[in-house]
Amino acid sequence: MSGMPQYSRADALASIEKLRRRAWPARFWSWRYIVLRRLSQFGILLLFFGTAHWGWQAAKDVPVLTGNLSASEFMGWFPMADPFAVLQIFLTGHLLQPEVILGAAIVLGFYLLVGGRVYCAWVCPVNLVTDLAGWLRQRLPIPALFALSRNLRYLVLAAALVLSAITGVAAFEWVSPIGMMHREIIFGFGLGFLALSAIFLFDLLILKNGWCGHLCPLGAFYGVVGRTALIRVRFDKASCTHCGECARVCPEPQVLNLKKLEEVGLVASGECSNCGRCTALCPEDSLNFDLRPLIRKHHEARAGGQV
Amino acid sequence: MSDKSVKRRDFLVKLAQGSALAATAGTLWAYMVKQEVRAHPYALRPPGALAEHDFNALCIKCGQCVNACPYDTLKLAGAGGDIPIGTPFFKPREIPCYLCPDIPCLKACPTGALSPKLKNINDSRMGLAVIDLEHCLSWKGLRCEICHRECPLKGKAIVLETHPRGISKHAMFFPIVNSDYCTGCGICEKACPTSEPAIRILPHQMVQGKIGEHYRLGWTFETEITQEFKPAAPSAPPAPAEVPKQAPGMDYLNEGGL
Repeated sequence: MSGMPQYSRADALASIEKLRRRAWPARFWSWRYIVLRRLSQFGILLLFFGTAHWGWQAAKDVPVLTGNLSASEFMGWFPMADPFAVLQIFLTGHLLQPEVILGAAIVLGFYLLVGGRVYCAWVCPVNLVTDLAGWLRQRLPIPALFALSRNLRYLVLAAALVLSAITGVAAFEWVSPIGMMHREIIFGFGLGFLALSAIFLFDLLILKNGWCGHLCPLGAFYGVVGRTALIRVRFDKASCTHCGECARVCPEPQVLNLKKLEEVGLVASGECSNCGRCTALCPEDSLNFDLRPLIRKHHEARAGGQV
Repeated sequence: MSDKSVKRRDFLVKLAQGSALAATAGTLWAYMVKQEVRAHPYALRPPGALAEHDFNALCIKCGQCVNACPYDTLKLAGAGGDIPIGTPFFKPREIPCYLCPDIPCLKACPTGALSPKLKNINDSRMGLAVIDLEHCLSWKGLRCEICHRECPLKGKAIVLETHPRGISKHAMFFPIVNSDYCTGCGICEKACPTSEPAIRILPHQMVQGKIGEHYRLGWTFETEITQEFKPAAPSAPPAPAEVPKQAPGMDYLNEGGL
């Protein structure tokens, strides 16, 4: 422990002050990932919606993007499927067609590379609802009603798989508010908005980051998938002043354990959704997206130099 | 108490609490799912759909069949409705299935909930047309027969039977559904001119009976000769096959001086 560098409070406060005094261009620039994520989330929904309602076609009789986030087909030949849904169906003891298995493998491979919970921050429509609740909650004096372990989601994940085998139908798919939201946006309205209102109120008034950060089994699934992801947030120990602004904006602040970050030089936890909030905000530019092998090489070189 | 046993007790209590949470929440969850699955036994599925339970298990609720349907026949069930959540269905009185020969909905299905074993759309069995004889115009004696004329398998799935009409010289034309050919497309239900359709599509299990193996329709020449009537296997002692002199009927009751 004595080897740990000491951090001065004055440096940290100076960093926070620097953040407060940002000029407007810098402020706008720090919103870049929020804007990109919204473009990605709305863009994907728009492609589905346009194909379903306005008959968008890439060429004659080649629809752009059919289906929804559970299973889809891009340009009439490229299959994609939700690997968690396919896993549940598999556990019900039913044989699936190769097309959907290939689609699930493609999606799984993509998230293995870019980070599992990239789905959560960049694709999932429920993130729009929970981000709004989180944004409001940060500006309102709402105390926590109770604490829940963030590991509860892994229990929900296990329950979804066990119940799929017991009930004979994909247990989460039949109650998923995520499924309700994208289905009802793309294919017409039902009462799914009630479930989404419940999530909004739960996140806003009962538990901060309650749904995405504590309960959602799909997020838990992608959290497990993303443990070895290629794209990670690199941590630069030398410039960090421990001001803590990154953890204040992070929806999963436990992934920013600074002691751990100093050890490995990157945000290692699969629970990080690569949303980019911390990288865009960090006043000392200590957090940045990078590729895991490059980070590791850099980190090992630096650690070797210190020894 | 030693530190170790306190730790062990803590662990056991945590284990019990965790199990209780998992069991109660899991039961509630399973109950919700089961309720939703049996929401509506009348749901009519796209062509090639597996039996309801297998269909519910395999359907991933992606809506690609809905996208592929050129007539907007198929809809995806919303949350909180009668139809199991997120699954495709159609209401023939609104838009029936027009039996596309290339079956685009089935081709779009990625999971096999709509079985690729269906090759000919006329072999699909989405449901069965059932006629309400009391409110059918043709059965009342009017010359309607619209269902027969509109039926894509007319003369097979719906046939007309002529019956004498009292002392009038004009016959009555009764539409009759033949379940060997009816696909359940619902074009008849859409076409039926009565204010509530007198012919409608219902899932087979809601309307179709089953005779059972033990009944023999002895008076029909078409009745198959089943295993029991075949000559016994050579290894068994050959029992003399009793061929009744009379036609089979109730006469056997008189045998043996009864």
